Formats: sequence, structure tokens, C-alpha cells
Amino acid sequence: MKTLILSTAVLALSAGLAMAQTVRMGTEGAYPPYNFINDAGEIDGFERELGDELCARAELTCEWVTNEWDSIIPNLVSGNYDTIIAGMSINDERDEVIDFTQDYIPPATSSYVALSEDADLSGVIAAQTSTLQSQYISESDATLLEYATADEIIVALKNGEADAVFFDTDYLMPIVEESGGELMFLGETVTLGRGTGMGIRESDGELKDKFDAAITSMKDDGTLNTMLIKWFGEGTDTY
Amino acid sequence: MFSFCTDPSVLAAPAWFACYLTTGKLMLFYASFGTVLLLLAITAPVALAFGFAGAAAARSRVTPLSWLGKIYIAMVRGVPDIVFFLFFVIALDQGLEYLRHKVKCPEWDEPIRQGSDFIVCAAAKLPLSTSPQAWHEVYGFSLAVLTFSIVFGAFAANVLFGAMRAVPRAQLETAEAYGMTHRQTFWRILVPQMWVYALPGLSNLWMVLIKATPLLFLLGVEDIVYWARELGGAKTARFTDYPHADWRVWYFLALLIFYLAFTRVSEIVLDRIMARLTHGQATAAGEAQRKAAA
Amino acid sequence: MSCWDTVHAYAFRSIGMGERLLPRSDFTICEQIVLIGSGMIWNVYFGICALVLGFALATGLAVAKNSSNFFLRKAATWFIFVFRGSPLFIQFFFAYFLFLSLKGFSPVFDPFTSAALGALIVLFFNTAAYAGEIFYGALQSVPKGDIEAADAYGLAGLARFRRIVWPTMLRLAWPAYTNEAIFLFHATTLVFFSGFPAWRQQGDALYYANYFADKTFNPFIPYPILAGYFIALTLVIVGLFGLVNKRLNRHLPADRRARVRYRPNLMR
Repeated sequence: MKTLILSTAVLALSAGLAMAQTVRMGTEGAYPPYNFINDAGEIDGFERELGDELCARAELTCEWVTNEWDSIIPNLVSGNYDTIIAGMSINDERDEVIDFTQDYIPPATSSYVALSEDADLSGVIAAQTSTLQSQYISESDATLLEYATADEIIVALKNGEADAVFFDTDYLMPIVEESGGELMFLGETVTLGRGTGMGIRESDGELKDKFDAAITSMKDDGTLNTMLIKWFGEGTDTY
Repeated sequence: MFSFCTDPSVLAAPAWFACYLTTGKLMLFYASFGTVLLLLAITAPVALAFGFAGAAAARSRVTPLSWLGKIYIAMVRGVPDIVFFLFFVIALDQGLEYLRHKVKCPEWDEPIRQGSDFIVCAAAKLPLSTSPQAWHEVYGFSLAVLTFSIVFGAFAANVLFGAMRAVPRAQLETAEAYGMTHRQTFWRILVPQMWVYALPGLSNLWMVLIKATPLLFLLGVEDIVYWARELGGAKTARFTDYPHADWRVWYFLALLIFYLAFTRVSEIVLDRIMARLTHGQATAAGEAQRKAAA
Repeated sequence: MSCWDTVHAYAFRSIGMGERLLPRSDFTICEQIVLIGSGMIWNVYFGICALVLGFALATGLAVAKNSSNFFLRKAATWFIFVFRGSPLFIQFFFAYFLFLSLKGFSPVFDPFTSAALGALIVLFFNTAAYAGEIFYGALQSVPKGDIEAADAYGLAGLARFRRIVWPTMLRLAWPAYTNEAIFLFHATTLVFFSGFPAWRQQGDALYYANYFADKTFNPFIPYPILAGYFIALTLVIVGLFGLVNKRLNRHLPADRRARVRYRPNLMR
């Protein structure tokens, strides 16, 4: 009996230790400026910088891995990495399956982008499959046209397949700015989801608390706002 | 890579490309061709082993075993491979961790499924969460190899099953007449003779295997299609020193050439092997070879 | 909502009939079975149309590859090599790209960017190339005696081909062609998965299975359902092709009839 208790204690301890040693951070690597692969082939972006800072504050050693967006949640719950930090908006569907830390980006807005001022926003709207935006369009009057990647929706817009695209404003912003006036924002922006947070397994309460505390400390001393402005530009929402 | 690459925006086209094509990211793309070739090189023999086991099982005189072999073969016939790839890896991963968990942590009393979470003790994790990233990649790659082998092993089993039946009955009867046991007949007579009948099917299977590799990215391996998509997409100057428009068509063109060339080379090599194997065989092709030489 | 109501609402959802919004929460097994089944309409449509069109082109390709005309032979050989030598995944990508560019030149090409036509063309060419190679192989193994007999009867040209060579070619090719048909149906799952966009959430069986896997975060229910549908579809194909095979072989003594045996020589 005594050995049994001892071994469980050792086990709990070693589990705790293992956690303190390495936390595997899962991201997508194809969603600038949130996360992307830079020229050197490394994961870069707002979330890379944020994640490293959070790990430093929570005194965790972190390791970065990429995973396809489609299977990013199933791989978290089956334990292939410990957190999702991939520009994931907090919503009820996801919250049922995994836990989220508090948001580290205020609720993100989504915008329509079109080729001309008079584009029909209730016509054909392109969006990425299985995103909040595609769900939003499917519930509206517009005709939804779904592509597997965000790159493809921009290509579809430029080729006249769609009247407009509907996607995350922060993703579209640099593309519109550098298109030389070919692309433009149109209509109202829409706020979807409850902000962006880190996804963590429901059974991993301890890890969630650590990251929550680290995010709070970054919000308090203003470093999070500085980082948001650095990556998303002056006009972005801050805390 | 080169010393003049510090500010690519001022470079002329040839120098720009020299820099672009040698960035770390492009190196990962080149390396992924190696990944695909390595996967093919490992999968082919492993799948053949699975296939051999499956075919031998299907031929077995023990009814449950022969049913097992036949079900294995029929399963893959009915289901598109992409469907296997979409959920097989997670299933395999969880299955392996579950087994390790049972062995390593017998005193664990918490449930393994908590809601949607799949939790095994830290010691049963594959690989351990403390091991370096390289091991995780090796493990992911091995899972992909295993998944490919299971799927293509079923195809191979079918080919070998057919080949075993194609060996002339008289050969086996002669073996029995010499007093060989069932096992001896199988290993000494059937197996050595079946390869010439199996080779056309197996070479087709090899072609099929080559053309299934674009689905590797579904198994979590960063393969050539993953990098072609990632690198080909339009890039704005804000996040890279090498902005460009949508170049996916050029990257995919490179993949197309790679696949066509690989297919052609395989065809030539397999034709040679077939010619060698048929040499002196009592088949129509062997007869034709003899006549041509005469 | 009872299961019967679900069938009413979603049985034809994949072609735009019934309920407009897909289920959002509290997914039942019934919903998954009905919607994935609804998506099968697309797979069957692609499969049947491509098979019928491809059959005709494949016969042409086989004859061309066997012809004595140099250009005809080279053209057919290259067509078959390109479509058999490259993954379907990449063919879809190029087809969509090509149709998009053509659209810029003329509105005639507008319908080609939809899956219903564009993807069908790719599948049509693809299966024609695979079947063409099978038919070519069969054409080469048509017994010399059959052709000599036809000559003796005074049959020549088209009549000889239609009445003697072609039926024998089909008979010899049929077991392999059955497998090609099975793999063609399997290949239809790639249409919406790569390349072609889905309109108004109308997609094939894999599209809906993917939808459920994404919403429920549980791949272990929708994909096995999809697998079940495909096993059933495969059994139907094997049955139908078996009947044709019987007819093609009806003049032969029982022990010389070709059995449809599964040889996986064709896939993408």
C-alpha cells in the first residue's frame, strides 16, 4: 500500500516535472501575421513572439510544432502537443471540447474585400472552409464559395470567381495595402468569436492557470499592447 | 547563403533568384523530396511483408485466419485510401499509447478518456513529451509509414494471393508426391515460383504508391505538397524579404515534372527486372524471349 | 427532430434541396448518416458520367496507340503517360488553374470552374487514360486466329473492328476495367478536397464527413460512416460489372471464362 501511494506520488511529481520541462506549442504556420514560416524556415509571427514571452514568464521551456489546421484540435486532445496557439478564436463549439486561456487578442473583426466599390456583398462570397467566417456567410443571404486555404480565396477574388471575400481583417490588411489599389475593403466589419486565446486540454487545468497568469501580467505591464501594435499596426484594438 | 543576399529588394533577377532559391525555407522544400523518397523506400518492403502475411493468412487452412486475411484484403478494396489517411494516424497513435499505458502504468486509476481528452500517463506518451522535437518527427514519420504500409499491404496481399493461385497446380502436386509437407511445399515450391506472376501486379502497385504520396500531408508529414502550397502562395513584403505573387503553379509544375520523371524511371527499371525474371520461365513472355533470341 | 425529419431536410442537401442551414450543434448519428449519404450523390454523378464518357475516349486512345500512324500513336501515348504518370491531386490543381485563366479570355468558359463540369473533365480524361492503357493491352492480346477468321469471312475495316476485335478486346480487358471503375469512384472523393471549391456548402460525401469531423472534433464517427457507404457502392459496382462480364463471356466454355478478380493495377 505504501509503495503504491509512493509510486503514484512519484508519478504525479514526474508528470509535473515533465510539464515544467517542455511544453509543446502547436501552431499552423500559414497565417501571417499571427504565425508563419519565415525565410529561414522557422516559425515566426506575433504568436511566436508572444508564446516565447509567455513561456519565459511562466518559467516553462517551450518547443514549437506545426500541424494542419483541420486536425489541430484532435491532435491536441490526443496529446501530440500541449497548447494550440494559432490565431484560434474562442467560440462555444470549440469550448465544449477544449479549454481556452483568457484572450490575448481582443475579439477579431472580419471584413469584406472586393475589387470595386459596387461589388455585391450578397452575391458570391469566398471564405475558407471550416472557419468562423464561412459559417457566418452560410447563415447570411450571400452565396458561400468555400476554398481549402486562404491563399485560394484571394486568387478566386482576383479572377472574378467571387464578388468579394470575407476573412479576418488582420490577415487581409497587408494584402489590401500592398495590392496597389486593386483590392479594397468594403462594407461593415463584423466581430466574430470572443477573442483569440490559447487552446489547452480540459484536463490540463494547471497549465491553463500558468498561461492565464502570464497573459494577465503581460496585459498589466502593457507589453502585450506594444506587441499587438508591432505586428498588427497602429489602428489595432488593444487592451 | 551568399554574401550579397543581405538586401534582396535591390538585386537583379539572377542574383535575386540565387538568393531566393537558397533560403532556409527552400532548403526544407528540397529536403522534403528526400522525405518522400525515404518514405517510399521504407514503405515498399514493409508493405510487401504485410502483403505476404495477408496472402499467407488468406490461403491458410485455419478458417478464422483465412477469414482475417480475406477481410483485410476486402476492407481496403472498398474504401478510398484518403478516408483511411484521415483518421488512421490518430487511431494508431492512440492505440499504441493505450497499449504502452497498460504496460507501464498498471496502477493508474484515472479514466483514459476524460470527455474528449485522451490521457495516458506521462511514461506512456509516444514519444515522451521530454524528448527532442526530432524524435517527434521521426515518430510522426513512422506512423505515416505504418499507415501507408497497412493500406498498401492489403493491395500487395491481393496481388500475392492471386500469384500464389497462378502457380501451376501440377508443381504443388509433384511436391506432395515427393512427400513434402504442406509447409515445405509452401516455402520451397510455391513462394519461389510466385514472384514472376506477382511482378506485373507489384510494379503497378509501386506506381500507385508513388502517386499516393501527395496525400502524405494528411498524415502530418511536411511533404512536397505541403511546401509547394506554403512556398507558392502569394507573399507580401511585410513578412519576407522575397515577396512574390501567387507562384503555386510553378511549384506544382516542379512536382508534376518530378512525378512524371519518377514514373518513367520506375517503368524502365521494372521492365528490366521483368525481362530478367521471365528469362527461362515457362510462360508466354519467356517463350517470346526465347524466340526473339533464336 | 426525429430521424425521419432529418431525412426530409437533408437527403438532397448536396444538390441544394431541403434545409439551407447545415446542423450546427448536438449532432446526431442520423444527421451524419443522412448528410454524408446525400453527398454520395456527387460521387455517383462524377463516377457514372466520367465512366461513360471515358469508355468512349479510352477505346479511341487504345486504337490510336495501336495505330500505324506515327502522330496518332505518339499523341495517344503521351496523353496516357501524362495522366497515368501524375497524381490526380496535381491534375485537379492544374485544371482549376487553367479554367480560371481561360475564363479571363471568354465567358464561354464560365461553367468550367464549377466542380460539376470542371472536375468531371479531369476525371473523364484521367479514367480514359487508365482505361485506354488497359484496352491497349487487351487489343494486343486479341488472338491472331480471330482476326484471320474475320478476314476469311470477308470482314474488313470498321465492321471487323466492331464485330470481332472490339468484343474480344472488351472481354479480355473487363476484369481490369472493373478495378479501374472501382478506383474511379474512390478518386471522386478528391474533387472537393483539393482544387475545386464547394458552392453553398454543397459537396460530396467526404466534404460532409470532413464537416462533421471538424465540428464534433471526433473523426471516429463520420469517416467510418463514409467508409461504409463506399463499401456498399463497391459491392454494387462489382455486381453490375460481373453481369456484363457474364454476358461478354457467354459463348465460352465454363472453364475458360475470365473471372473478375481484383487486381489493384490502377489508382491515382
